Amino acid sequence: MAKLKDEAKLKPLTNKLRMLLDEDQLTNCMRCGFCLPACPTYAETGIEAESPRGRIALMKAVNDGIMLPDAAFEEQMNHCLGCRACEPACPADVKYGQLIEQARDAIEDHKQHKPMVRLIRHTAFHSVFTNPKRMKLMGQGLRLYQRAGLRTVARGSGLMKLFPKHMREMEQILPDAAAKGVAEQIGTRHPAKGERIATVALFKGCIMDVMFTDTNIHTVDLLTAAGFDVVIPEKQNCCGALHAHSGEGEGARSLARRNIEAFKQAGIDYIVSNAGGCGAILTEYDHLLQGEPEWTADAKWFAERVLDVSDLLVRHGREICFSKNVNKQEGAMQEEASGSIRITYQDSCHLRNVMRSSGAPRKLMRQVDGVTFVEMKDADRCCGSAGIYNITQPEMAGQILDEKMEHVKAADASYLLTSNPGCLLQMKLGIEQQGLGDKMKAVHIVDFLHEHMQN
Amino acid sequence: MLNAEVKRELTEILGSSYCKDDPQSLVTHSYDGTPMLQSLPELVIYPENTKQVSQVMKVLNHYKIPLIGRGSGTNLCGGTVPVEGGVVMVMHRMNQILEVDIENLTATVQPGLNTKKFSQHVEALGLFYPPDPSSMSISTLGGNIAECSGGLRGLKYGTTKDYVIGLEAVLANGEVIRTGGKLMKDVAGYDVTKLLVGSEGTLAIITEATLKLIPPPQYKKTMLAMYSDLYDAARTVSKIIESRMIPATLEFLDNATLQVVDDYAQLGLPREMEAILIIEQDGDKGSVERDIARITEICHSEQAKQVSVAGSLEEAEKLLTARRSAFTALARLKPTTILEDATVPRSKIADMVLEINRIAKKYNVQICTFGHAGDGNLHPTATTDVRDTDEIHRVEAAFAEIFEATIRLGGTITGEHGVGVVKAPFLEWKVGPAGIEIMKGIKHAFDPNNILNPGKIFAKESRKRVVIQRG
Repeated sequence: MAKLKDEAKLKPLTNKLRMLLDEDQLTNCMRCGFCLPACPTYAETGIEAESPRGRIALMKAVNDGIMLPDAAFEEQMNHCLGCRACEPACPADVKYGQLIEQARDAIEDHKQHKPMVRLIRHTAFHSVFTNPKRMKLMGQGLRLYQRAGLRTVARGSGLMKLFPKHMREMEQILPDAAAKGVAEQIGTRHPAKGERIATVALFKGCIMDVMFTDTNIHTVDLLTAAGFDVVIPEKQNCCGALHAHSGEGEGARSLARRNIEAFKQAGIDYIVSNAGGCGAILTEYDHLLQGEPEWTADAKWFAERVLDVSDLLVRHGREICFSKNVNKQEGAMQEEASGSIRITYQDSCHLRNVMRSSGAPRKLMRQVDGVTFVEMKDADRCCGSAGIYNITQPEMAGQILDEKMEHVKAADASYLLTSNPGCLLQMKLGIEQQGLGDKMKAVHIVDFLHEHMQN
Repeated sequence: MLNAEVKRELTEILGSSYCKDDPQSLVTHSYDGTPMLQSLPELVIYPENTKQVSQVMKVLNHYKIPLIGRGSGTNLCGGTVPVEGGVVMVMHRMNQILEVDIENLTATVQPGLNTKKFSQHVEALGLFYPPDPSSMSISTLGGNIAECSGGLRGLKYGTTKDYVIGLEAVLANGEVIRTGGKLMKDVAGYDVTKLLVGSEGTLAIITEATLKLIPPPQYKKTMLAMYSDLYDAARTVSKIIESRMIPATLEFLDNATLQVVDDYAQLGLPREMEAILIIEQDGDKGSVERDIARITEICHSEQAKQVSVAGSLEEAEKLLTARRSAFTALARLKPTTILEDATVPRSKIADMVLEINRIAKKYNVQICTFGHAGDGNLHPTATTDVRDTDEIHRVEAAFAEIFEATIRLGGTITGEHGVGVVKAPFLEWKVGPAGIEIMKGIKHAFDPNNILNPGKIFAKESRKRVVIQRG
């Protein structure tokens, strides 16, 4: 009886999953298991259901009517980090990322969130991230909170104790928000230094432009130094990655259409991103809009032009000289003076697994004169940040981060570089938690390169 | 459904978090790497030690409930699919290296240990464990032992059975036995160790293994020989062996396999070639260089279009890693890949390749061939779509004929994947009715209630062998 009732209750979700899940992709998984060693949640638990093969088997079982998409199913779909390390590992080329997004899309469609969660999701996905002005406003709000002493008050009063531990820790490592984004600070057009190689449009990102505005400015500097004209299309907005990964398919598509329009008019050769998470979804706009024939050509045009800043510099740019003996800023690590500066790198999952770029950042780091690049163990493993995973799945994210920090410690470097804001914040959190702040700091690769740029 | 009393007793032994029957656990233990085979278990359990395994077996034997041991579920014969329901026992929690004995050159391990992890561990100690099944980065040693896994190095170094010298195993009735030991010689009674290796979980549950290690080769070199004719490549294989050389690895890939592997690994392989051979030799520097030079000569005299030697160990490793992906990479062509591991005497490799192509043509199916040509072990792989029932029937008919051809050439229906469910109907072709009877007798002695991995090895009905009269 109870079973029949469940079946009736879950019927709409079952139908939706059947409609959205790509049956060809489900069949293409032939269950060889090559993805298992690549999966962080499988490595952590050793449980088959926590692996890509297991999750696909669950989706297929729902699709085939063998099981119901019950609460455990839903939880399992959300337990996936979405790091997509299983995709390069898959000899059969199964598009796992698409399948997990299709599953989450269906789940979100039928989800009865608690009122508070509903409010947060609505504000984030439909109000803030979709609207650059509101995004800026949020940045300004954050800035006000940080600058006006509110933070001190909040921390001192114990107000922050009302938040869960992982949120409290996160709050502490947030960088100071900027009042103005990159375009407002330095303008939207920047000519190449020396002969022009190509014209590139900077995708500035929403989080990047509020919290890491300097990184965007530094990106422009690096690009012009390498011979690129840089434009910053004004009408661009959020990339839609967080929407797509959280089952807000329509939100993601709407953002994609607007971005395509904004960049289409810019007269450019490349679109450059400095955040792996954004860059990856930008390269997938063609897939995202595949159901809309009127967008096919433009989406393809857009997706083909997207490159990460490291890749663009290495593949098409003029070589820039980087040396440890320039632009020394205050507070630079002591080792730097003594000539033994070690740096290491944490891959951005989406940069590595979706944009398939892991060589270019390493090549750039090795080019810095007087700096030793050390590869840390499992640098290609997700750090647990995974978009908003560290907020929604704090326990698993925490376990993964702890393990990551063991490898960070073993690398014994003064700088831990990354290529994505989420990873950068997670690494800062890890350093804070482990009390390593006096020994090392986490920095975006662009900022590090910029600091060591010679000219 | 499993009787509530059984579940209660097992939960008491294992604890509730290691005894699961929710839909998610059942679905994710209903398959392995075998195509078109799925069957739900009734319970999934994760024991922690031999004692628990023994207690579990006592309960299951009492109630006569099937028990299927499982490592990482990568086998290709349906070995871990619970075709008759029952309890799937996942060995992952028993994953320790108990000892590496430098004085005796042995290692003692638990069955849930990952093969590659073990291999790397002993290599860091300056030792060598040769068995290297293509799934080694995923598989467990327990699974390798149960299936007697082979691998790329089988030609020179043998397979899993050649390295298992002692076992601890739990019998169907819960009794614990120990066989062999850290002994290079041991003829005390029947060789139960070797009997259990490759017994596919039908005789006992392996809970600990003592493995033989060897000193690693000092030097190795890897080369690639490319051919515009399949037969030339296959003949090269026989010629190398005939010239009294045993390379460490001698792998064959046909054109279709070559293309998909290169799509995946992006190595810039010669995609226009009809076949390639990947050849590796190891040993002391002088003899490796000498062998590689002689093999190069043989390749050229057998019409190889091009021969190149890998510039670095890294390049060689990439080549072998790419080869290990061949089976799954073929799924890029069509979603369902059905692969067999027909094995013939090494001198017959070229004949077998021709037979496979003839049969594929006859049944109008695409069969790509790759494999460990050097040890006569080929992997003819049909690329098809499970939803195309007509084609699936033709694939099945083609494989039946491939098995027949294999036997006719003095070969076997399976070289390293095991019988499981998939090849059970054909076992009699290889071992004969008397062979089946003696095997059944052994099974009965170990497991009178038929609870250990039932439905495997022995088919309810053998396929009738149709001997093709040719000429």
